[in-house]
Amino acid sequence: MPYKIVSEECTNCAACETECPNDAINEKKSMFRIDAALCSECIGYFDEPQCIAVCPIPDCIVIDEKLPRYVA
Amino acid sequence: MPPKVIPIFAPQAAQTSGCGAKGGSGKSSCGSSAAPSDMSPEVWAKVKDHPCYSEQAHHHFARMHIAVAPACNIQCNYCNRKYDCANESRPGVVSEKLTPEMAAKKVLAVAAEIPQLSVVGIAGPGDALANPQKTFHTFNLIQQAAPDIKLCLSTNGLALPDHVQAIADLNVDHVTITINMLDPEVGERIYPWIFYNHKRWTGRDAAKILTERQMLGLEMLTAKGILVKVNSVMIPGVNDQHLAEVNKAVKSRGAFLHNIMPLISDPAHGTHYGLTGQRGPTPQELKVLQDSCEGGMNLMRHCRQCRADAVGLLGEDRGAEFTTDKIAAMDVAYDPQPRQAYRAYVERERRDQDTARASELAAMAGQAGEDKVLVAVTTKGGSRINEHFGHAGEFQIYELSGAGAKFVGHRKVEHYCQGGWGEEEILEDVTAVIKDCAAVFVSKIGLCPRKDLAAAGIEVVDAYAHEYIESSLIAWFRQRLEKDQPVAATAA
Ligand code: SF4
Ligand code: SF4
Ligand code: SF4
Repeated sequence: MPYKIVSEECTNCAACETECPNDAINEKKSMFRIDAALCSECIGYFDEPQCIAVCPIPDCIVIDEKLPRYVA
Repeated sequence: MPPKVIPIFAPQAAQTSGCGAKGGSGKSSCGSSAAPSDMSPEVWAKVKDHPCYSEQAHHHFARMHIAVAPACNIQCNYCNRKYDCANESRPGVVSEKLTPEMAAKKVLAVAAEIPQLSVVGIAGPGDALANPQKTFHTFNLIQQAAPDIKLCLSTNGLALPDHVQAIADLNVDHVTITINMLDPEVGERIYPWIFYNHKRWTGRDAAKILTERQMLGLEMLTAKGILVKVNSVMIPGVNDQHLAEVNKAVKSRGAFLHNIMPLISDPAHGTHYGLTGQRGPTPQELKVLQDSCEGGMNLMRHCRQCRADAVGLLGEDRGAEFTTDKIAAMDVAYDPQPRQAYRAYVERERRDQDTARASELAAMAGQAGEDKVLVAVTTKGGSRINEHFGHAGEFQIYELSGAGAKFVGHRKVEHYCQGGWGEEEILEDVTAVIKDCAAVFVSKIGLCPRKDLAAAGIEVVDAYAHEYIESSLIAWFRQRLEKDQPVAATAA
């Protein structure tokens, strides 16, 4: 559950949206958000979190420290 | 308001007379509606109205880019995704976003207002093929709404092989691929990373994959008869020595046109190159490279590196007239008639200008020898000398020789007439931009700039105001040769 998008950094490019294997990323009112309940940190799908790998902005998608890490 | 139709013609390189006769270097064209001797009629039919693919067409026809593709799958050192990217013709990702439906409506709105419109392209703001659903859905809608408009797209090539079939199915007949290198050692200095096959790749691995995908995509497109233009950004000290090799590789794979563009780099853009002080080439350096790549292939020299939301003739951008709010409020209907009438008009003008040029060339026959001279022209389009010196945002540069007048590029300048301070400095800059030209052709010019240009050794010519560019330049060149002749005669 733990990734989140830092909205001040996000350019709304939507690149991450289509890459997420869990459809956890959506645009609401011109803001991209990760649904923490759906994000599996890509564990079980890919070696690296797809949203981070495709996002053009460094440190735009980060671990949400307030939430516990995903356990498969 | 009735659409403003500007009269026409087109600089192409020389031609002595009639079909099949080749006048020197460059691409000759034969009769304006017939294909040039080195181009098949099918190819000519595809390019003759496309402002980016035909130097001829760019004087007459307009294009529009629709920004429906915000995502990208690679990172280039000349691009900062947050801000407008001058190199990849990309407005900042944060600027106005268009849905496919809005985009189709925008196309109809622009088509109704600008009869010169012949092509709609998707060039970003990210990569057209990193957003395949949005791109293809938009093309589908446009094709249904306005079937007479041609479609084209630009891509970095990474995803291209996966979409060649879809491109062919939609009758997209022009594709632009940006190819900056073949050598991974060069590539790692241009691309920090790519996203491919669910993985972020860096360094030489990234460059190697990108090159393989670009070459495969290029081959697949040309095998299907789709015209491919290759764009390369010239980055001094990084790939400038390497681009001749790129030129050979894309030529051998059937690319139709190679467009070598200067790197645009400015710290204010926040790009890696901008921040690290990587400079762009001078117009002179660019021309030397372009000249060395010419031969057997069309080289594009008229690219304006327009934004992914540009609207209008090359060199102009009327995008501000068609913002989302304005389009939403518009009532638009499909009417191909004004565009058909305009195309017929261009055909007539092209024939007329060809005749004028051919007769000037015939008059000059045999006089020129090895003489070559560069001149600058100010124009608003239609291939006529019809712009006031002080209003010109750019100069078109022509090379005059015994073979005729050949368009070799355009150079941007700040408007000189701004009514106010600083005009002297601007004029100095303007003069520097065309310092290698023997003359500047204008429709009108003020007294001061005329004196200053003369002092800099640049002749000001306004005798051909509003006439066709090419035939006027040849006529002027011929008179210049005749003036020189008596000297030669006495010597002999
Ligand atoms: S880490 Fe993976 S699962 Fe989580 S939001 Fe990113 S792409 Fe989706
Ligand atoms: S990829 Fe990054 S910048 Fe683009 S929408 Fe997702 S979080 Fe925002
Ligand atoms: S950016 Fe270059 S290729 Fe694209 S429309 Fe402008 S001139 Fe043509």
